[in-house]
Amino acid sequence: MLAPETDIRTALARRGITRRQLVKFCSATLGLLALPERYLAQTVAAVGKAKKPVLVWLQFQDCTGCSESILRSDHPTVADVVLDLLSWEYHEVIMAGAGDYANRALDRVVQEDKGKYLVVVEGAIPTAENGIHCTIGGRTALEIAEKVCRNAAATIAVGACAFDGGLVRAKPNPTGALGVQEAVPGIKVINMAGCPHNPANTSAVLVHYLTFNDLPALDQYNRPLFAYGRIIHDQCERRAHYDAGRFVTEWGDEGHRKGWCLYKMGCKGPAATFNCPIVQWNDHTSWPIRAGHGCIACASPRFWDHMSPFYERLPSVPGFGVEVSATELGLGLTGAVLAGVTAHGLIQLIKPAPKPPAPPPAETKPLAETRKES
Amino acid sequence: MARLVVDPVTRIEGHLRIEAQVDGGKVSDAWSAGTMFRGIELILQNRDPREAWIWAQRICGVCTMVHALASVRAVEDALQIDVPENARIVRDLIAGSQMVQDHVVHFYHLHALDWVDVAAALKADPVKTASIAQSISDYDKSSPSYFRGIQQRVKGVVDSGQLSLFASGYWGHPAYRLPPEVDLLAVAHYLEALTWQKDFIRIHAVLGGKNPHPQSFLVGGMSTAMDPNEPDAVINPERIDLLRKLVKSGRQFVEQVYIPDVLAIAPLYKDWFSLGQGVGNYLSYGDYSSGNEKDPNTFLFPRGAIFDRDLSKVHPVDPTKISEFVSHSWYEYSNGDSNGKHPYQGETNPKYSGPKPPYDQLDVDKKYSWLKAPRYDGKPMEVGPLARMVVGYAAGQKDIKEAVDGALKALNAPPTVLFSTLGRIAARALESQLMARRLETWVDQLDDNLAHGKVTTFNPIRWDPSTWPSSAKGYGWHEAPRGSLGHWVEISGKSIKNYQAVVPTTWNAGPRDPQGQRGPYEASLLGTPIADPARPLEILRTVHSFDPCIACAVHVIDAQGRNYSIPRLD
Repeated sequence: MLAPETDIRTALARRGITRRQLVKFCSATLGLLALPERYLAQTVAAVGKAKKPVLVWLQFQDCTGCSESILRSDHPTVADVVLDLLSWEYHEVIMAGAGDYANRALDRVVQEDKGKYLVVVEGAIPTAENGIHCTIGGRTALEIAEKVCRNAAATIAVGACAFDGGLVRAKPNPTGALGVQEAVPGIKVINMAGCPHNPANTSAVLVHYLTFNDLPALDQYNRPLFAYGRIIHDQCERRAHYDAGRFVTEWGDEGHRKGWCLYKMGCKGPAATFNCPIVQWNDHTSWPIRAGHGCIACASPRFWDHMSPFYERLPSVPGFGVEVSATELGLGLTGAVLAGVTAHGLIQLIKPAPKPPAPPPAETKPLAETRKES
Repeated sequence: MARLVVDPVTRIEGHLRIEAQVDGGKVSDAWSAGTMFRGIELILQNRDPREAWIWAQRICGVCTMVHALASVRAVEDALQIDVPENARIVRDLIAGSQMVQDHVVHFYHLHALDWVDVAAALKADPVKTASIAQSISDYDKSSPSYFRGIQQRVKGVVDSGQLSLFASGYWGHPAYRLPPEVDLLAVAHYLEALTWQKDFIRIHAVLGGKNPHPQSFLVGGMSTAMDPNEPDAVINPERIDLLRKLVKSGRQFVEQVYIPDVLAIAPLYKDWFSLGQGVGNYLSYGDYSSGNEKDPNTFLFPRGAIFDRDLSKVHPVDPTKISEFVSHSWYEYSNGDSNGKHPYQGETNPKYSGPKPPYDQLDVDKKYSWLKAPRYDGKPMEVGPLARMVVGYAAGQKDIKEAVDGALKALNAPPTVLFSTLGRIAARALESQLMARRLETWVDQLDDNLAHGKVTTFNPIRWDPSTWPSSAKGYGWHEAPRGSLGHWVEISGKSIKNYQAVVPTTWNAGPRDPQGQRGPYEASLLGTPIADPARPLEILRTVHSFDPCIACAVHVIDAQGRNYSIPRLD
């Protein structure tokens, strides 16, 4: 065995990372976590540590979308730093080894790094019929999760399925699917909800853990507050249109082309918390509302059943009415959002949407004509 | 005789298990098993068909969006909706960029390590690597110092003693045959591709808000509102510029890195042009119209079927000849498991009868997979890039013929080499090039329409459910990166009565049928040499050449929602 790395500078140089790149990355991450700059030195030191902490990534009832999402890490150096920052020793979709070699790699981590490694879980865990709906190497997902998560320093559940069972758990939940914190109760877990999780947030959590040896502050669903603490509607670039009563009323209409509010098309932004409008996706290129489609509240608890039908306006969505208990949606949230939506809804009944401020551009045809055309 | 088990098969999407019988250093029989089940089609029942695509899209996050497209096409077929030209172009741009990105990622990140020994790259002379690189491509990163830097980086990881994802590879396996200099070249491009793929796929963010799982499909069109004068329009001149830049980077990467690498590596593994042949029947639904989507004659990838590797005859595709069997799958049919069922008549009764976990071996004489066995006219069919290129070549499609003939000439080989493990790899690279070029055309068309005020992206005729008939059914097809994909939907009383998907990897990775006919994976593994049974690298080579996607492949078909046996927990 070759000599272990001894100091940060050598370690970083070996990984092809300059100190400037490292400091820049850590600084950006602190910003996302809403932490002050005075933690920078500590963060840089932790991230540049000579011996890399071990991480394993488990995939159960998943679509691999959350693995793909981490591969899209947006900051130019995030992919480099995240891959170099940790020793990523098991991740089926990209690891070199297969079969026995892969299984042994996982077993070795559980034995040799017991209590010290991080585990990321992607996908739901089926519990019906003793878990026969997902096996890997002949072992059930339930058995693997129990063993690997129980012995980890912390479990990071990425995506809706690992958070609360996600789509797999939607009615009628054919396989008895659960999220990690319910399938393996009592473990230390952080939930990076979303479909998929946003890689910028997950990278930030990893850095936070490496720096402070702990998870960031969590909400009642064990989601980090820095990412899930604010309502989408309050951060939305189209909010001014909502306040002014300018709504899209038909796909492709003038309001749609001008980027007006999608509330009437079923947008769930007023009922959802996530930093999606701020962090955005794929190198800050866009997010769903920017693409002209309503939010589906993919980071909210049990959103598949609770937030659908996705094209129904919020107050008509079953599960959003008075019959749903406050705990299911979040105590503070339900009241605030319902009040907001109802008040605005009433205003709309009384006050029709104002006329468009300017005629449509000369190049575009009136809506009636475009309709005939199609 | 030894039974060899590979589970998990890694560097694929999903949970796949291969069991193989090895005789005298060769595979004498093989079984392919999907080991995960979710039941998404069942979950779709009774929901609003307009949002089915949002759910169906989550069948897969690797070939993300392909199920969204098949889903809206199926519902549009059922409700008889034509989509505007702009919506077709935007969909093709999203799907086409998916294909290019997916194929590059497959080659470098999922498949290359079967051919490239990362550890051996440390022995390379970077000067020689640079001269090889410069001789095969104009790609600008080709200096000795660049390759020396890559080598140092790999050395750093190895010296640290923490090899991360590379720790468990079969390094030093005798089947690795590249000179160290080519290994180093491939490792460098593995890293370049990692950066390129996340930039290129910003096309999905522009046109769908995010990737994975873009969110801009609508039954009747796309939510990508267009306006030449609005800064907040989803598609405006500024966004067209960005798209143009991104598609250009795609074409450059494919032409300067991906294609030259494939052509450089393939001749060093020539025996794999005859190994991994498979069933020899190929199916392509066809896709990517240059005009009328309902007319297969306008497709970039023609529609057709080839039987027994006979390139002289392209058979038409008849949707009624598709059926699925469950004789070796963990399901039951009410009229007996020896019958096949067309997707419209499908039914579900998932019933696990495999060994109790933890288990060492499956009972392959009985049922052994969560995948069903699809057959066309009773025959197992291979789908995917090779099927598309073979069908297109036999049909005389000009672009495909040119591309295939060009590659065969470069490799100095006859068309029969296509029917192989390397043939699949070559076909995937060739169609990436065809598609990368086509993306530029679509951006031009979109730009042209924008400039001329042709901005319709949605047909509202059937958005309101009160305009729907009391019942309707339809199907939607798409040529996804991994092959022919079909969704079948039955709508009744404004909601989904039955939803079914027959997916590329189900065609390729499915188990045996009642006649005992092997699925394409199983057939392709016959005769595979195994140098070291403890490290079955050769099995990975052929299985990976199909680009497995198991989450896609496992699904439920349920005609009435009545035959359902798993207890509800909610």
